[in-house]
Amino acid sequence: MLREPPASVYNQTARFVPAITLLQVDKMRIGLFVPCYVDQFYPDVGMATLELLESLGVTVEFPTAQTCCGQPMANTGCQSETRPVAEKFLRVFRDFERVVCPSGSCVAMVRHHYGQYLEGQPGYRELVAKTFELCEFLVDVLHVPGIKGSFPYRVGIHQSCHGLRGLRLASSSERVGPTFSKVRQLLEPLEGITFSQLERPDECCGFGGTFSINEEAVSCHMGHDRLADHERAGTQVLTAPDMSCLMHLSGILRRRRTNMHVMHIAQILAGRSVPNGK
Amino acid sequence: MNSKQEILTALRRTRLPDVALPSVPDELTTYADPLAQFRQVVAAVGGQTFDVQGPAELAAALRQLDAYRAAANVWSLVPEVPSQGQRWQSADDPHALETLDFLVAPGQFAVAENGAVWITDDQVPDRAALFITQHLALVVPAREIVQNMHEAYQRISFDKARFGVFISGPSKTADIEQSLVIGAHGARSATVLLVH
Amino acid sequence: MAHTRVDHAANAAAFIKNGERTHWHDQALWFVRAKRDRAVLTVSEWEQLRETAAQIKRHTLAHLADYLEQFEEQATRRGIHVHWASTADEHNAIVLQILREHGAQKVAKSKSMLTEECELNPVLERHGIEVVDTDLGERIVQLREEPPSHIVLPAIHIKKEEVGQTFHEHLGTAAGATDPKYLTEAARGHLRSKFMAADAGITGVNFAIAETGGVVVCTNEGNADIGVALPKLHIACVGIEKLIPRAADLAVFTRLLARNATGQPVTTYTSHFHGPVPGGELHIVLVDNGRHELRERALFRESLCCIRCGACLNTCPVYRRSGGYSYSATIPGPIGSVLNPARDPKRYYSLPYACSLCGSCADVCPVAIPLDEQLLQLRGVIAGKKYLPLSKRLMMKAASFVMKRSWLYNLSGKMARWWLPKLPRFLVYNRLNAWGRQRELPETPKRSFRELYRKRHEQ
Repeated sequence: MLREPPASVYNQTARFVPAITLLQVDKMRIGLFVPCYVDQFYPDVGMATLELLESLGVTVEFPTAQTCCGQPMANTGCQSETRPVAEKFLRVFRDFERVVCPSGSCVAMVRHHYGQYLEGQPGYRELVAKTFELCEFLVDVLHVPGIKGSFPYRVGIHQSCHGLRGLRLASSSERVGPTFSKVRQLLEPLEGITFSQLERPDECCGFGGTFSINEEAVSCHMGHDRLADHERAGTQVLTAPDMSCLMHLSGILRRRRTNMHVMHIAQILAGRSVPNGK
Repeated sequence: MNSKQEILTALRRTRLPDVALPSVPDELTTYADPLAQFRQVVAAVGGQTFDVQGPAELAAALRQLDAYRAAANVWSLVPEVPSQGQRWQSADDPHALETLDFLVAPGQFAVAENGAVWITDDQVPDRAALFITQHLALVVPAREIVQNMHEAYQRISFDKARFGVFISGPSKTADIEQSLVIGAHGARSATVLLVH
Repeated sequence: MAHTRVDHAANAAAFIKNGERTHWHDQALWFVRAKRDRAVLTVSEWEQLRETAAQIKRHTLAHLADYLEQFEEQATRRGIHVHWASTADEHNAIVLQILREHGAQKVAKSKSMLTEECELNPVLERHGIEVVDTDLGERIVQLREEPPSHIVLPAIHIKKEEVGQTFHEHLGTAAGATDPKYLTEAARGHLRSKFMAADAGITGVNFAIAETGGVVVCTNEGNADIGVALPKLHIACVGIEKLIPRAADLAVFTRLLARNATGQPVTTYTSHFHGPVPGGELHIVLVDNGRHELRERALFRESLCCIRCGACLNTCPVYRRSGGYSYSATIPGPIGSVLNPARDPKRYYSLPYACSLCGSCADVCPVAIPLDEQLLQLRGVIAGKKYLPLSKRLMMKAASFVMKRSWLYNLSGKMARWWLPKLPRFLVYNRLNAWGRQRELPETPKRSFRELYRKRHEQ
């Protein structure tokens, strides 16, 4: 993934994110992008995102023509198969002033990888500037200081890689600089919440899209290791800003006896109670 | 066309976008007490340091080291420290250095950030001695210390250079199951004597 | 060189079968990564140093021909012999020639990934020249007749019991001995005798300085230095991308290299060779071997900035759990998964896919090579050339077909959610379902998000 701001010596333009107040947001047309597999298999994550934004005074629309951001095809290297899907995405969200999505990897796809398919097309540059992942939208655009509520659990944050190193939702352990986390800062004000201290705070879960199938052995070994780290740290609720990571990790969890629950951050912030199942 | 021409022609066929040669970062880590930092790092990398007040104290300081006292063959390139046992002349076959137990050599300056000492074949004409010796002691004037590698390279002129090396600590390896072993092929111990 | 295609996934699966050993390998490498983090955090200007190093390398790459000429001129002025090799074969021939001219029969060689790349050892051995790899890790794998599995830690995949066994067979150490100190001491003695007998020393080069015509070699063991200080002949082999413009630039790289590689503030020895030992000869062999071609490709040329620190291997969750041999390449791991498929996409088609695109490699790279981006772009090259298995390409064609059509996407989703819960488990979870080997599929909700949304908005 490209870096934000881009670290390449060939590209000196930094990304400017205008701060907008809720007043302005009221007047904006904001589109909700729900990743394809969330739409079909984890609809409550989409619902929680919708309810969360509405509770903050933001009205969002879900344009029903949307399907997928094209990441699976792009990540397989099938560029000619990705192009029409990217073009459709551009069309679907053209008339929105902001696009919000509860998935770091889909947003990274749009902001960092649509260039090779859409560069030069009208609306492309605007699309890059207006598409946000949920946590960064809450922190950087809405300046939400925190979400009120109670969540008396030991929460283990899994730092989904595309959001972390692609969108810089938090500082990564590899780099030297100030420590921050847009994900954690949204959760911290919740009453009773505590956070797991992991041995490897930002190692990849092993999902990686089609990697999870093509390199199944490594993928699952990585998933098992992540879960073991959380188990040792006492995680009761495992959360992440990307449902793909959680789909993989909960898939592994459901094959064993465990008390660990899995919730997308949107569900925690929207006030969902910890589910009975996993 | 020979290979040199082949390679250069191939490289010149493609023009790359130019990138300016950058300058050094503005904010470089510096130490309020460079000698303290130096001593700390040398210890951390498995070496040791001594502070002596004047070259006359060097021999006494060295005698505190087991390896020095036990050494049969000591070659000192520092006038205040006597050599002992076997004698070598420069121009000898360096293979003869195989029996060298302890080398005492003058370093040019120390580097605070990484515990390194810069030394060249001007100080040690038989460069093999630096590596084949079982134990090494480097004598450095305490005021000859720089903060970091940027300052270090500013001090070094390569105009007439043949061989120069930064030595930081004793030789080591962790190639067997990541277990650190001090004393791989080079010196088993490295001592830096800072002369005030 | 074998031309069979490398199936990383299959190799990795075989490696992982030994779960305990995989954990051990993973922990060993994570340990090195953790040491790196601790060292790097002490340098508050670390990210600026990376950016500086990145710019120096990219600048050098842009002016490489000029810097190579300057290097040769300066080196020659000092009486250093400079040779140029377009190919690996030519490199090997040049080295062989130099050795023969000096009547050298025994060579002490310190670590050089370039000589591994060129497969120098077998060529010299075929001509009756003994080559001893003197880096301890390299010597271990040489005695075991194995290739190195890591570019900095060649024997990271070998347990001390196995080293003990190898040394017992070849060096006469006590049977069953495993103490690293004891084994290292035995190697010290053994390799000393090799150093003493060597007619020539061959080293790699970490940095070649255009301004001065000198070369820099960084080691912890001291083997490179002994190896070239005893005999009268030093041959230094260097890839053309190892050039840097000025001696002052070394400050940036020597501050980055050891910290990033092993978590040390600097290597024990940072040797600057501007001439041979008195009465000796220093020969430098500059090697292209496809580097100029890589330089021509805008998407991948930055991989030439690599200073071979190995940090990307240490941080890569896939490398740690599959081992260097799974890549069947001299240089494995993330950088290897760019360099090898860039050169031979057919043979190494699976390497760019041996990656979850986590981006950790790019974040640790001291010269800011956007490795994960390059891996992604290489997938485009491989799929475009149809080196990707047909099944995968067809799957993506099908996915694209569906995703272009909202009605079809909706229908497919609905059908999947309708059928899945109704199918007996053995039909869903079987050999055809790779996801399902160790994981449950997601539960199937009755309604999709869009159905819930529509319902909500009808009210």
